[in-house]
Amino acid sequence: MEYINILIKGIFIENMIFAYFLGMCSYLAVSKTVKTANGLGLAVIFVLCITIPLNYLLENYVLKEGALSWLSPDYASIDLSFLSFIMFIGVIASIVQLVEMVVERFAPALYGALGIFLPLIAVNCSILGGALFMQQRQYNDALEATSFALGSGIGWWLAIVAIAAIREKIRYSNVPAPLRGLGITFIITGLMGIAFMSFMGIDF
Amino acid sequence: MSTETQALQEVKKESLFSKKNKKLVTDPLSDNNPITIQVLGICSALAITVQIQQALMMSLSVIFVLIGANVIVSMMRKIIPDRIRIIVQLIVVASLVIIVNEFLKAYAPDISERLSVFVGLIITNCIIMGRLEAFALGNKPGPAMMDAIGNGMGYAWILLVVAVVREIFGSGYINLEGLGLTKIQIFPQAFYEMGYMNNNLMILPPMALVVVGIIIWIQRSRNKALIEDH
Repeated sequence: MEYINILIKGIFIENMIFAYFLGMCSYLAVSKTVKTANGLGLAVIFVLCITIPLNYLLENYVLKEGALSWLSPDYASIDLSFLSFIMFIGVIASIVQLVEMVVERFAPALYGALGIFLPLIAVNCSILGGALFMQQRQYNDALEATSFALGSGIGWWLAIVAIAAIREKIRYSNVPAPLRGLGITFIITGLMGIAFMSFMGIDF
Repeated sequence: MSTETQALQEVKKESLFSKKNKKLVTDPLSDNNPITIQVLGICSALAITVQIQQALMMSLSVIFVLIGANVIVSMMRKIIPDRIRIIVQLIVVASLVIIVNEFLKAYAPDISERLSVFVGLIITNCIIMGRLEAFALGNKPGPAMMDAIGNGMGYAWILLVVAVVREIFGSGYINLEGLGLTKIQIFPQAFYEMGYMNNNLMILPPMALVVVGIIIWIQRSRNKALIEDH
């Protein structure tokens, strides 16, 4: 039940976009059509589900204070957590590169759909943000971290597909000229955020 | 991007404070603002603008990292292999962010706590990556530093404006306790006795988006050239 709880929380309540504004840059830049937004959203889910469990293991078996005690009891006092930024971003950047190559080799169809988005993802705040939230929230096991990753990935996907659909429709409305494009997207995102706040307090 | 690069090759022999370099600083403040025009670095701009002290610390950190990264990458631009440049840039930025994070933890623990993950997220702040890619990789350290200062200031003023609006209307005072100063009451107590209430909506995340949206609106209605067609 805990897993489902974390999943639902990630999708609706602690939504990456509406509650923390993570990954806003690509959210604003790639949300002009539903098709590309969908591709980027799926790529984010995919990469989050790979990097967060990996970073979880790294955090708990290498970086955290006393995490190295599985090597020898002498290391119990070592605290490498100041290195976590550089380790996390290193893992993310190299995994993204690796995933890109693997997908290209073994799943050309998937590569066709996600390919151009993968390089963008290494610098998407939501991926590193997910890893840092995972570190801050101290999940109990790797499965909990994975369901957090899945939840926040789906939440991000939902947000970008929804805004892309709205932007496709809004092209036919008479928006004041200075607000067109970026301005109205910001305001709509704010309104969507208010709507999403009504999910607050849901608990399973 | 390439025209920018070419134009700057000509200024090589000019001084650091020549006209073109000055333009590098002043342009990002308004007509080429990183947040409202280039749409970079939105994530952190919105999340930490509830209080002025956080916004101030965040802007200073970003300016420091941006200047450092732009100068370092610009000095290394000839030896960075093209294929792995993103990873190299990320590592340079990450090391600078670690310095900032440790510094904040030591000297401003209260603010560091409130900024939580957003200090770490300076690493993936699009302003930094964007400026490294678009400018530092093709220019000498001097202009790169000017560009960094300009973009950093452009980022900072938007952040501070949003934070001032949100803090004044959201909580009715300006709290600078994290910086060793006091809390300043903006609205006199008489206002509250007459029935004025703080707008709690301003403290919630969605209002940050609306405030930035309104800044964009004002900016674009003053400068028609910036208007997009959908």
